[in-house]
Amino acid sequence: MKRILSLLLILALCISLSGCGYEYAELELEGDYSGLEGTVLNVYNWGEYISEGSDDCIDTNLEFERITGIKVNYTTFDSNEVMYSQIKSGGVTFDIVIPSDYMIERLKNENMLRKIDVSSLKNYHYIDEAYKNLYFDPNNEYSVPYNVGMVGVIYNRRLIGEPEHSWKALWDKKYKDMSLNFSNPRDAFMTAQFILGIDLNTTKKAEWEAAAELLKKQKKYLQSYVMDEIYGKMETGEAAIGPYYAGDFLTMQENNEDLDFFYPKEGTNIFVDSICIPSTSKNYEAAMLYIDFLLEPDIALANAEYIGYASPHTAVLQNPDYYYYQNKILYPDKEDMPKVQYYHDMDSKTRLIYENLWIDVKLH
Amino acid sequence: MKWLSKLYVCLIIFFLYAPVAVMVLFSFNSAESVWVFEGFSLDWYKSLLFDATMLNALKHTLIIAVLSAIISTVLGTAAAVGIEALKNRIAKKAVMTVTNIPMMNADIVTGISLMLLFVFIGKLIGLHESLGFFTVLIAHITFNLPYVILSVLPKLKQTDSHLPEAALDLGCTPIQAFFKVVLPSISTGIATGMIMAFTLSLDDFVISYFTCGHYQTLPIVIYNMTKKTVTPDTYALSTLIFASVFLLLVLYNALQTKAEKRRG
Amino acid sequence: MKTKSFGNKLVASPYIVWSAIFIIVPLVIMVYYSLTDTNGVFTLANIAGIGKYKKAFALSILYAIIATVITLLLAYPMAYFMTKMKVSSQRMIMLIVMLPMWMNFLIRTYSWITILANTGIINTFLSKLGIGPVKLINTPGAVILGMVYDFIPYMILPIYSVMSKIDNSLLEASSDLGANSFTRLRRVILPLSMPGVISGITMVFVPSVSTFYISQKLGGNKTLLIGDAIEYLFNAGPDFYNIASTLSLLLMVLILISLAVMNRFSDSEEGGVVI
Repeated sequence: MKRILSLLLILALCISLSGCGYEYAELELEGDYSGLEGTVLNVYNWGEYISEGSDDCIDTNLEFERITGIKVNYTTFDSNEVMYSQIKSGGVTFDIVIPSDYMIERLKNENMLRKIDVSSLKNYHYIDEAYKNLYFDPNNEYSVPYNVGMVGVIYNRRLIGEPEHSWKALWDKKYKDMSLNFSNPRDAFMTAQFILGIDLNTTKKAEWEAAAELLKKQKKYLQSYVMDEIYGKMETGEAAIGPYYAGDFLTMQENNEDLDFFYPKEGTNIFVDSICIPSTSKNYEAAMLYIDFLLEPDIALANAEYIGYASPHTAVLQNPDYYYYQNKILYPDKEDMPKVQYYHDMDSKTRLIYENLWIDVKLH
Repeated sequence: MKWLSKLYVCLIIFFLYAPVAVMVLFSFNSAESVWVFEGFSLDWYKSLLFDATMLNALKHTLIIAVLSAIISTVLGTAAAVGIEALKNRIAKKAVMTVTNIPMMNADIVTGISLMLLFVFIGKLIGLHESLGFFTVLIAHITFNLPYVILSVLPKLKQTDSHLPEAALDLGCTPIQAFFKVVLPSISTGIATGMIMAFTLSLDDFVISYFTCGHYQTLPIVIYNMTKKTVTPDTYALSTLIFASVFLLLVLYNALQTKAEKRRG
Repeated sequence: MKTKSFGNKLVASPYIVWSAIFIIVPLVIMVYYSLTDTNGVFTLANIAGIGKYKKAFALSILYAIIATVITLLLAYPMAYFMTKMKVSSQRMIMLIVMLPMWMNFLIRTYSWITILANTGIINTFLSKLGIGPVKLINTPGAVILGMVYDFIPYMILPIYSVMSKIDNSLLEASSDLGANSFTRLRRVILPLSMPGVISGITMVFVPSVSTFYISQKLGGNKTLLIGDAIEYLFNAGPDFYNIASTLSLLLMVLILISLAVMNRFSDSEEGGVVI
């Protein structure tokens, strides 16, 4: 049975390689990596966050395996907190993780990241200056930007028309049982914090409590708390309005033309997801090779097109063939740019406060 | 009355199979959706062959299920023989109580307590990574053991204790006596235990979720998938598994009926 | 003097060592976590902190009880009717009931979303009749349905297995003594099938009260059952292991108490499961 399966697999792979228009021979990585052949690279990334060879021809991980002979063990998470908890528990180790800004700050502060010598990366020069020296990594020692995004509100024009361009739309009684919110505390609190005009990185307990109260009020109108489940719900019209990342909206819109998007007038959260190497990594050289591989213009382009988030990669941004070239949602003009705020890492006391408040909201 | 009871049985079966039917139907969907059926196609079965993650997970699941079933059957059968031989009532009661714990306890508690143990031991001996193949195997053996023991014990009780004694009197060594006399009489219990262990291991999600680390089994991969958008290839794989189990059972049933007819 | 039964208790020793390490020690570690804070210092704060989760406990118990009762009401007649069939059909129905258990329960649960969703199969059908949409998904009812669905084979099989062993002559005797079919059911079959019922109740109640997948998928992630709370806290990081361990232990105690209560109803000695 197993042998038949593997035989079929090999057969299938042969078909895939010959049936593809993409020129594989073009890609070459620098340096001598023959010693790494047969080693395993554990990659831990967000779900739906790498070109997997379904929509176009590049399967990023397969391609990396083919070129280097390094086996990629790819697993996914759906929130920064889950990723943190996995690494922190000591149960598993990873060689590559792609967390968001504030989580990188925390990992760095807890000595959980290994330094990355960016000067040894052949392709680092492609990174847009705007995404270098950010607050969580002022000297570019620990992270290499992978994607940039902003949160906005997705809605179904056909089902609910044009909502008010505010976070308050998610609290509107009219959309009872049709509205969604994030199922992770930080993003869910964010939606309430903007309505209340509270700093996203407040350390005041009373302010977190106020936001929690607002979320409790929303709960009776809410259909469900979601992360990536929002795809199915919005695309089928199961839900009519919900907050999510701008890049994901573009993907959903491809499947349902009734979907539309706005950045709320109160402002929104901006984030940078960057590639890091955990200090427990057992395959540092392969990890560096992988980072360089992700920065290859062709690979970066494939990923930017598959994921649909804004890219910090200049070769992608300047490529007129890029599917989202100068897309107004990903790259708004200056006058349309919403007010944005980054998340910062919270001290463990504040973290305890908001995690506990989130449980209160869920229990409400 | 007769047709009413038949109708009732049919309704329950309909209830049991409605989601299965949905799954089978959407595995043939031509669109990338498990919500809207757009047309018939075999694309998802084809794309399944490309899905290294899923096939790998299937391999992991089968390895763990086979190994844990075998190991727990051996350990559990030995344990049952030993427990049956225990004369001390209190000791027997204590062993049986501990045996019942993983079976009676909630999976989530068993999974978490094992995870805490593995991580604790891992830290103690300075492992970078404490979860993986061995931990998930140990976890599966642990929750399989009670089922094996409890299927073998009743058969041992039914075995006439004079038979092995007679064998010993006739010059058998205890080991020979066990294999020649005791084993045949408890073999159905052992088989039941092993099948049960295999099934439980195959389907386990909760305990693997907390103990598997990088060694992801199929239920874990499916879980991650249901967190984002489930595509029909997951359904295609489940349909294939379903179909093969179905065929095996039909075959088994046919063989049994045939055997019974011959006997009768 | 000769030993009365065959076998040496020493052959159980690998198992005894195994269960000590992998059953007892993990529970001890769990107790340790629930009695300490994140720095490993003794504290009772975790135990004091569980008050907040009483709603989660109450909801879990309520849902699990409702699900168990519904499952029992559905499964008992099913098992009874099965025993009335021809032997060959009995075996076939058994296989049919067991077959879904071989399929991944995550997928089986997920399929219900397609059936129950606002744009799902039932509502599409209803809207063609000009009714609806009826809110089915993301309700407590959907969560309970998921529990009933996922665990009903565990109720049918033990009851059937006990019922099919009831001696036919007992039933004939009761008829001869003038019992109608209802009296026969109440006075003979019901009491004799109790061990199967007890076994089934246990096997449905325990996974229902501790589930964390069904409520997330079919309940819209809005209700926090105790299993959800434990899973959430463990995923929130090691800072939350202590409180999560406390909740797990409490869940275990709860289950043990309900098992003890159930055992009072049954008189089986060594409490084996009947499958």
